[in-house]
Amino acid sequence: AALLRVQPQPRLGAGQDVGRSCILVSIAGKNVMLDCGMHMGFNDDRRFPDFSYITQNGRLTDFLDCVIISHFHLDHCGALPYFSEMVGYDGPIYMTHPTQAICPILLEDYRKIAVDKKGEANFFTSQMIKDCMKKVVAVHLHQTVQVDDELEIKAYYAGHVLGAAMFQIKVGSESVVYTGDYNMTPDRHLGAAWIDKCRPNLLITESTYATTIRDSKRCRERDFLKKVHETVERGGKVLIPVFALGRAQELCILLETFWERMNLKVPIYFSTGLTEKANHYYKLFIPWTNQKIRKTFVQRNMFEFKHIKAFDRAFADNPGPMVVFATPGMLHAGQSLQIFRKWAGNEKNMVIMPGYCVQGTVGHKILSGQRKLEMEGRQVLEVKMQVEYMSFSAHADAKGIMQLVGQAEPESVLLVHGEAKKMEFLKQKIEQELRVSCYMPANGETVTLPTSPSIPVGISLGLLKREMAQGLLPEAKKPRLLHGTLIMKDSNFRLVSSEQALKELGLAEHQLRFTCRVHLHDTRKEQEMALRVYSHLKSVLKDHCVQHLPDGSVTVESILIQAAAPSEDPGTKVLLVSWTYQDEELGSFLTSLLKKGLPQAPS
Amino acid sequence: TPSLRKNKQQQEEIATKKLRLTKPSKSAALHIDLCKATSPADALQYLLQFARKPVEAESVEGVVRILLEHYYKENDPSVRLKIASLLGLLSKTAGFSPDCIMDDAINILQNEKSHQVLAQLLDTLLAIGTKLPENQAIQMRLVDVACKHLTDTSHGVRNKCLQLLGNLGSLEKSVTKDAEGLAARDVQKIIGDYFSDQDPRVRTAAIKAMLQLHERGLKLHQTIYNQACKLLSDDYEQVRSAAVQLIWVVSQLYPESIVPIPSSNEEIRLVDDAFGKICHMVSDGSWVVRVQAAKLLGSMEQVSSHFLEQTLDKKLMSDLRRKRTAHERAKELYSSGEFSSGRKWGDDAPKEEVDTGAVNLIESGACGAFVHGLEDEMYEVRIAAVEALCMLAQSSPSFAEKCLDFLVDMFNDEIEEVRLQSIHTMRKISNNITLREDQLDTVLAVLEDSSRDIREALHELLCCTNVSTKEGIHLALVELLKNLTKYPTDRDSIWKCLKFLGSRHPTLVLPLVPELLSTHPFFDTAEPDMDDPAYIAVLVLIFNAAKTCPTMPALFSDHTFRHYAYLRDSLSHLVPALRLPGRKLVSSAVSPSIISQEDPSQQFLQQSLERVYSLQHLDPQGAQELLEFTIRDLQRLGELQSELAGVADFSATYLRCQLLLIKALQEKLWNVAAPLYLKQSDLASAAAKQIMEETYKMEFMYSGVENKQVVIIHHMRLQAKALQLIVTARTTRGLDPLFGMCEKFLQEVDFFQRYFIADLPHLQDSFVDKLLDLMPRLMTSKPAEVVKILQTMLRQSAFLHLPLPEQIHKASATIIEPAGESDNPLRFTSGLVVALDVDATLEHVQDPQNTVKVQVLYPDGQAQMIHPKPADFRNPGPGRHRLITQVYLSHTAWTEACQVEVRLLLAYNSSARIPKCPWMEGGEVSPQVETSIEGTIPFSKPVKVYIMPKPARR
Repeated sequence: AALLRVQPQPRLGAGQDVGRSCILVSIAGKNVMLDCGMHMGFNDDRRFPDFSYITQNGRLTDFLDCVIISHFHLDHCGALPYFSEMVGYDGPIYMTHPTQAICPILLEDYRKIAVDKKGEANFFTSQMIKDCMKKVVAVHLHQTVQVDDELEIKAYYAGHVLGAAMFQIKVGSESVVYTGDYNMTPDRHLGAAWIDKCRPNLLITESTYATTIRDSKRCRERDFLKKVHETVERGGKVLIPVFALGRAQELCILLETFWERMNLKVPIYFSTGLTEKANHYYKLFIPWTNQKIRKTFVQRNMFEFKHIKAFDRAFADNPGPMVVFATPGMLHAGQSLQIFRKWAGNEKNMVIMPGYCVQGTVGHKILSGQRKLEMEGRQVLEVKMQVEYMSFSAHADAKGIMQLVGQAEPESVLLVHGEAKKMEFLKQKIEQELRVSCYMPANGETVTLPTSPSIPVGISLGLLKREMAQGLLPEAKKPRLLHGTLIMKDSNFRLVSSEQALKELGLAEHQLRFTCRVHLHDTRKEQEMALRVYSHLKSVLKDHCVQHLPDGSVTVESILIQAAAPSEDPGTKVLLVSWTYQDEELGSFLTSLLKKGLPQAPS
Repeated sequence: TPSLRKNKQQQEEIATKKLRLTKPSKSAALHIDLCKATSPADALQYLLQFARKPVEAESVEGVVRILLEHYYKENDPSVRLKIASLLGLLSKTAGFSPDCIMDDAINILQNEKSHQVLAQLLDTLLAIGTKLPENQAIQMRLVDVACKHLTDTSHGVRNKCLQLLGNLGSLEKSVTKDAEGLAARDVQKIIGDYFSDQDPRVRTAAIKAMLQLHERGLKLHQTIYNQACKLLSDDYEQVRSAAVQLIWVVSQLYPESIVPIPSSNEEIRLVDDAFGKICHMVSDGSWVVRVQAAKLLGSMEQVSSHFLEQTLDKKLMSDLRRKRTAHERAKELYSSGEFSSGRKWGDDAPKEEVDTGAVNLIESGACGAFVHGLEDEMYEVRIAAVEALCMLAQSSPSFAEKCLDFLVDMFNDEIEEVRLQSIHTMRKISNNITLREDQLDTVLAVLEDSSRDIREALHELLCCTNVSTKEGIHLALVELLKNLTKYPTDRDSIWKCLKFLGSRHPTLVLPLVPELLSTHPFFDTAEPDMDDPAYIAVLVLIFNAAKTCPTMPALFSDHTFRHYAYLRDSLSHLVPALRLPGRKLVSSAVSPSIISQEDPSQQFLQQSLERVYSLQHLDPQGAQELLEFTIRDLQRLGELQSELAGVADFSATYLRCQLLLIKALQEKLWNVAAPLYLKQSDLASAAAKQIMEETYKMEFMYSGVENKQVVIIHHMRLQAKALQLIVTARTTRGLDPLFGMCEKFLQEVDFFQRYFIADLPHLQDSFVDKLLDLMPRLMTSKPAEVVKILQTMLRQSAFLHLPLPEQIHKASATIIEPAGESDNPLRFTSGLVVALDVDATLEHVQDPQNTVKVQVLYPDGQAQMIHPKPADFRNPGPGRHRLITQVYLSHTAWTEACQVEVRLLLAYNSSARIPKCPWMEGGEVSPQVETSIEGTIPFSKPVKVYIMPKPARR
């Protein structure tokens, strides 16, 4: 049996850990690397996967057949320039078109922060990002891409962020599906993940929310809109700290449509820079968005915001209500923090945190109820503005994961990208309810799965039809016995009729006959004996053609029966039964029948 | 008259036996064509040409023989295929009995090798079989044929066989009786075997065939249920989609059967099990299946409430701890009196820990099905889910209560259609529910929506909503007033909404009155502006509440009473009659014993109409006067009592017709000798014309008109036509045109008799009654004589009393936009097109998509009729429609800005209404009489729009 190995390597990542994703899959002799992420929590070497582990000093390009990137989040693609340019990899890198477009923007932004702001050395350069992106091959949804003669990959829609995809990796009849991050409920700008019943040998799925079943999205949306609306009606200002891509666009669409519907005039601003560029790409990749946007973009592209304008630093001091989206999302630096400091003192204003905040950031502090913040320079900032929390997460919850597993019907499931304790629960559920074996390797642990690959055999139509015609009802899933000759030639398997096989191989046909002697106690003459055999068989085998030949022998179809008297013992007669190999079934039946003896003739 | 009718029937019998025409036969021509064909392509061309023309029933058999003859000779499968399909088409010909060609069809089937042709032949057999539903023997034979070909290797053939079985498979009872020669087959078993066919198309066909059996009244076996359940996990969506339907059907047939739950010892009702399974399909991979499943859920009313309520419960958890939904939290907040408190971090913190073993992620069946359906990516699924929720909630009040939160959430959907649908749904179930304050708050927030449809649907919803607290009423009023300032055009809709809100919650409005009227115990406050729509809105709410709350008027200040009197008169449809202390004006008119307000006016209506019965016995002068003041009374009554407006108008119109007729017959013209050919008969001919118009209005502008009224209306029209004939006879020289007119008139009489044969006994002594008595004489008379007879009969005939229908409403239309008040002309370049937005409300119009047209009249008399698209009509409530469309105007250049008139027309077609007698379909009737009269009735006030086509600049 062929083997399928999956290794989230110790220094690669994505095992029982949310942080950096990097998985190595060996399938039927092909090595594929899934995602190439970095860890946001580290500032040293640990942030990138340790690629030397893969080959132990060999060349990566020789070892890996391809690299697949599921989406543009840095924990899935952040290490890509380091991997391809600094470690050295020249093979193909596959990703979807939107990912290809947005990925370099994010990498560049990340590089700027790391090098220009933090002053790190030994980091990849802009040129490296460009060179790396040249190695990228973009794929369309549901397009089967032939990496080489045997390896093929195919992308499925995953929701989550623009351009996120799940990938099916297939070699021969063996296949693996890697989900990346995905979302099973649609949101305001993206649809839900979908996969067909591709029945892979293994499904590698993220399990961020393995122990959560989420409430309907609608309540959260409604709450969010109500909060914003009430505040601006009171004349207050609303600050929404966001990260530039993903949730930000969803919230923009949400507010934009609400403004449109409710005919509101209060200005909405978006802090410029990265986002503008990103919005441009959102405008272009309409087929990747949800039903509503896809259907209406002919009249109006939803990402061409009417009510949302670019933000200028000076606007923060303007009187009157306004809504501002500002980066970054955890209020730890930058524009969002500046605006927060300006507005925090007024109880009419409001800040809405749309996502999770890491401990130590201003966002986390205010969410946990701190009202007095110590800022740099021993300043104390009193927070009088309202603080709201709204979680808008784009990962599948436990039910969603189960749903996807149900849709794809894999032979086994492998959980990655989650916490061990939570994965344990989901693993148990998958095994219980779906009866599918499930694995959850730790970082560095290798899972090896035996597969039973099926070998395709060609069959000639004539033979197939001839054999099919013998059955009565065509039953879908019942195995069927078929006679033919298997020819193996140039690693090709063909099933042909024996006549054709002989002809092709230039062989003469040999006849194979079985003969058998049946001893019977009988004192009568041979002729009489033969006659009795004839009448007996005639009465038993009504469907067959039984003949008594002039030379004294009896034939049943092509089986010959002769009676002879051995010289040594006159009391026994010997019946010689002879049949060809093809008639084996009938022949053996006849022998056993004759061995039971002949019925007593009525004398 | 009976003798006459008999006579006519005899005539017809003779007529039908007439003769068989021997035209150059179709079959011969076809035969020649086919023989000429040199190649299969040629033959195919001839056949295609042939198929374009219809074939009469009598020549079908001949044609079929020719086709069959060629079929045997033909080697090319495509030609054979075409012939087979033609056979099917021909056997469908009306009046042809295909049993004679069945043997041949079955014969050729046996020798056919091509799968495609086989499938087509089976299709033909299906056509033959469905044409002869009574013939059991044939059905059995066809079923036999189908069974034989079921083992064919081609999916197309198997498909058709299954289709045949589904359509013709015999129903159980008759099998034992009729099937002597043929073995009775268990059709269900045979079809069921193909549920596991290797081809998904065949599997689908098998399920469809099973559904077809069900539709034809065959009771499906319960064993099918298990088979169908297996198909739910099929790889192909069309199989799953059909399987969901089949499961639904079985669950409706055996709801109370008990089925075991796999891998446990428990058992549940079949309908519950099916419900769980269909719920599971709401999260299927294919949206087609999801829509199907969501739709079917709505009609599973027998499901136990326990399962039903699960559909709304997703059993939330977070990090293995049980979590409450936002809905639950909102409810709790509300009940603890802390409504509108802000959200805090950790507010939704998980509670108790979940037993990991007990959590079921997949097989929880119905769990959260609607939560998923309402969150679906495709709006088709969401709409289906909302509809299903609506149906289930209508049958279960407790479920209605529970699904409220979810429906309210849908008010914020991104697609307007879904929002609208959920508002309508909420309205439909509003009898079962009372809105909590926080829910009301969410509902009211939608009042700011910029879509007028949404707002109006919401007003409609608020009309029938139950509110639990006085704060709720106050909130609703405040939001509605906000709505009013933001969108002043919603005025009428908001007033109406407040009317119902007030009359539904008198006790909740009572404590709010001082605040709303801003009265003060000691000080007089300033009198509010009577023309302020917001103030009127408040008053409408209060007055309607006061109707059932006698203590309320005590809180009114003086000016309130004055305003009441004014509003009662100017907006009588919004302000009810109140019994106010010390006000004789209103209170004395209504005697305390009569509770209902409608009774006296109803009585008055009856009395007025009864008065008219005596018309017969009055002299013409008296009759005219009686009619005139009765019409006046009715009109006034209609204005005062909106409920009776339809009836009053309808009767008044009828009386007006009668009045016109009497007046016309009173003319001096009749006293002058006939041959004087007077020209000045304007009044009479105008009267005839007007009566015709009025009768069309009566027939087509009122909804709820029944057959007995239609008779009377047509009778009146016949009189008008007689009048027209007489007038023409007297004013025209020469007999030729008169001949034609007479003949036409007699045909109309004949027509009238045929259509309303059942109603003739009610028309004793009427014009037509007398006319029919004299019919034989009239038929043979000369025109002059006919005219003379008609004239006397018109004068002598009795006035027919118009029976009042149960419910009658006059169609009306109001154009809201364009308002017609603008002084700024709409400028556009002449020759090009300008779009004018038209927005109108239509009341009591049946089938507006086909009948309502927009007319534009240009100053030069040019008129243009525009047919709005069906999608431009919305249906915001029963009996009401809304037309929002764009009208394209264009004209050559003008020198001055001028006004064009825009109005709405009601198009009618007289043939649409008249019931067709079955024996008339043979085509005996001469075509001229049957030509339906089409026309239009203007039914809205015209609106003037100022436009200015400018010459194009060079």
